[in-house]
Amino acid sequence: MNDALLIDRLQFAFTVTYHYLFPQLTMGLALLIVLLKWIGLKKNDERYHRAAKFWAGIFAVNFALGVITGIPMEFQFGTNWARFSRFAGGVIGQTLAMEGVFSFFLESTFLGLFLFGEKRLGRKAHFATAVLVFLGSWLSGYLIVATDAWMQSPVGYLIGSDGIVQLRDFGALLLNPWALWQYAHTMLGAVITACFVVGAVGAYYLLADRSHQYGELFIRVGVTVGLIASILVLFPTGDQQGKNLAHQQPVTLAAMEGAFTTQQGAPLTIVGQPDMDKMKMDNPAHIPNMLSFLTYYRWEAEVKGLDAFPREQWPDNIPLLYYSYHIMVGLGTIFIAILLVSVFLLRKSRLFHSRWMLWILLLSFPFPYIANSAGWLTAELGRQPWIVYGIFRTVQGTSTTVSAGNGLFTLLGFLGMYFVLGVLFIFMIIRKINKGPEEPIDLQSSHTSG
Amino acid sequence: METLWFCLVAFMLAAYVILDGFDLGVGIVHLLVGRNAEERKQVLAAIAPYWDGNEVWLLAAGGTLYFAFPLLYASSFSGFYLPLMIVLWLLMLRGGGIEFRHQIHHPLWISFWDTLFSVSSILLAIFFGAALGNVVRGVPLNEEGYFFEPLWTTFTVVPDAGILDWFTILMGVIAGCTLTSHGALYLAMKTTGTIQERSRSIASAAWWSVAGTSALGLIATSAIRPQIWGNFSTYGWGYIFPALALCGLCGIWVFGRKRRDAAAFISSSVFIGAMLSTTAFGLYPNLLPSSIDSSPAITVSRAAAGTYGLNIGLVWWIIGIVLALGYFSFVYRTFRGKSTPETPVSEGY
Repeated sequence: MNDALLIDRLQFAFTVTYHYLFPQLTMGLALLIVLLKWIGLKKNDERYHRAAKFWAGIFAVNFALGVITGIPMEFQFGTNWARFSRFAGGVIGQTLAMEGVFSFFLESTFLGLFLFGEKRLGRKAHFATAVLVFLGSWLSGYLIVATDAWMQSPVGYLIGSDGIVQLRDFGALLLNPWALWQYAHTMLGAVITACFVVGAVGAYYLLADRSHQYGELFIRVGVTVGLIASILVLFPTGDQQGKNLAHQQPVTLAAMEGAFTTQQGAPLTIVGQPDMDKMKMDNPAHIPNMLSFLTYYRWEAEVKGLDAFPREQWPDNIPLLYYSYHIMVGLGTIFIAILLVSVFLLRKSRLFHSRWMLWILLLSFPFPYIANSAGWLTAELGRQPWIVYGIFRTVQGTSTTVSAGNGLFTLLGFLGMYFVLGVLFIFMIIRKINKGPEEPIDLQSSHTSG
Repeated sequence: METLWFCLVAFMLAAYVILDGFDLGVGIVHLLVGRNAEERKQVLAAIAPYWDGNEVWLLAAGGTLYFAFPLLYASSFSGFYLPLMIVLWLLMLRGGGIEFRHQIHHPLWISFWDTLFSVSSILLAIFFGAALGNVVRGVPLNEEGYFFEPLWTTFTVVPDAGILDWFTILMGVIAGCTLTSHGALYLAMKTTGTIQERSRSIASAAWWSVAGTSALGLIATSAIRPQIWGNFSTYGWGYIFPALALCGLCGIWVFGRKRRDAAAFISSSVFIGAMLSTTAFGLYPNLLPSSIDSSPAITVSRAAAGTYGLNIGLVWWIIGIVLALGYFSFVYRTFRGKSTPETPVSEGY
């Protein structure tokens, strides 16, 4: 791995991971805001509108950061991955351009109306703007996932005589089976993040003995929606993703699971440290036959291990891939447990007085961010050493004219810039949470004359 | 088909320059037009509901460029690596200036973000002008169509010049003057009272700088890249674009004198659109000329994606842009009217 390639990869990985901290909350909150406003309209209950307004203030800051950190992503395909862009632009340019033309205009326009226009528009029209912001952000998510899905499982293309990929079937690109499951899985992950954040703010209010009615409302919405999402993220969406992998990227599945050798009745590794020199798992904790069952629904099915594939097809960072996957799955399981207990206590009307559970809800909000990031790391590390699975390798994709020195300059620049942005973001969010929902952030302040 | 996409991408870029141009211009004159925090808030309120929608045109144009001309996207984005990254950072800082300013009501905090907003707007205008200058001048392409330019070398126009040489700096200055005028005209249209008066006087002073630097730019372009006039002698109807630009420039002057602010702003938009069209018309069929004699330019046919993709793209592009234009007219109608001291700025943002 020469330096420029390493720096290009680090820069993309860093900027995209940082970027995705924001959209996951944006997309999840968009759904919850629509839900809150809808309940508010149906019950004609002012509290829900206020709650929606409170979260809209947080949404707005978060959205702005998502936009600011998202622009570099679109640029970096060209700046750092010029040969990849030239190779694949005819296909993935479609979905990326569609995102700009369809979702960005939709989101930016109606977010402005949603934030500034409640009084001018009236209740119903204001609800409609919330729905359109939700649609815009979820459409954006789909087009990005469809782009990634094509890189994971290329469809609907042909390679021209010049060695460049051309689009052959637009429908296949948009309805890539890989994209549909990955999208459902990703969006549910985003909803889980939003639910934990909403729940954590609610728990904070109750523990701090303030804003009781909103605290209870936030927790109720957060844990209820969160439980549904955290179950669906495991089954069927996560399960189907695994099936897709077994079918199309079996070597990735083997690496994720830490399966070094091909076995019938393969065990599922719960914990353990992969030792790449000795090609074995240290300190493993297994569930016998479980991997065979989960992958093929047969206890004795044969699951291919890494030894079944030539080395040049192995993902290039197997330990990190293995840990990312196990962190994601492990946290996902813990989320279900936390939310099950919370919903149980909620039904028994004990949740709001169980301080220990409120503490758990308060402290657990960072973990969905970790799980979502780990999930993306799993997907993208698992795709290596390919940039487009099976047809174009990552080493072939960089910009030949951009030197390692120039790459490092901008990588360091991004580190500095994002550190400052992160500090400002946290500061503003804390201020908004401390201000609380009773004095709603005055989104349209006084009237506008003229 | 490639020619059509050339026009569509040029249209999107022109829309970006005209729309984001006015809020960049507002940023340039921000510190001059508003003399205290209250006045500056009013200035920002005039662009608050629009600026990020305007910026989306840059993203949408970038995406469309990527899908229609992958080679151009790959070549220019990697070749202009450093200035693009700097533009990105400036866009971030500028967005921060607008969004973070209202979070704390402390004079130091507010003046810091106001200054940052204004300085980044000035630098962005200059960089965008210099970028256009690079496209006109040509870049040192290799046989595969890639290149890399440092920020500057000797500031002279030589085949291996940097991003900044005297010609591209001149183009940057033209862009700075033009957007100063554009932004001031926008504020004259959208504000009242003292701010409106100041905007008008800045606009009328800026007019002279626009006229003067544009004339210089015309002479310099003819000296550096005389080929740009080739298309005009072949297709005489192309002269409609420079003629329109001249009309726009006169319109700014005439309507400015008569205090018809909206008409003056529209003239300014016509001027910018026509200047960009003139450049695009002169460049065609080149997308990126080569400054090295032995290597060929990147042309529309060399850079274009496959025909099937371009055809399909036309269908969704038209639907998408019609929708976008619909949203824009809706937002501009909803928030029409002047920005007064009571107009909200992006509080929740």
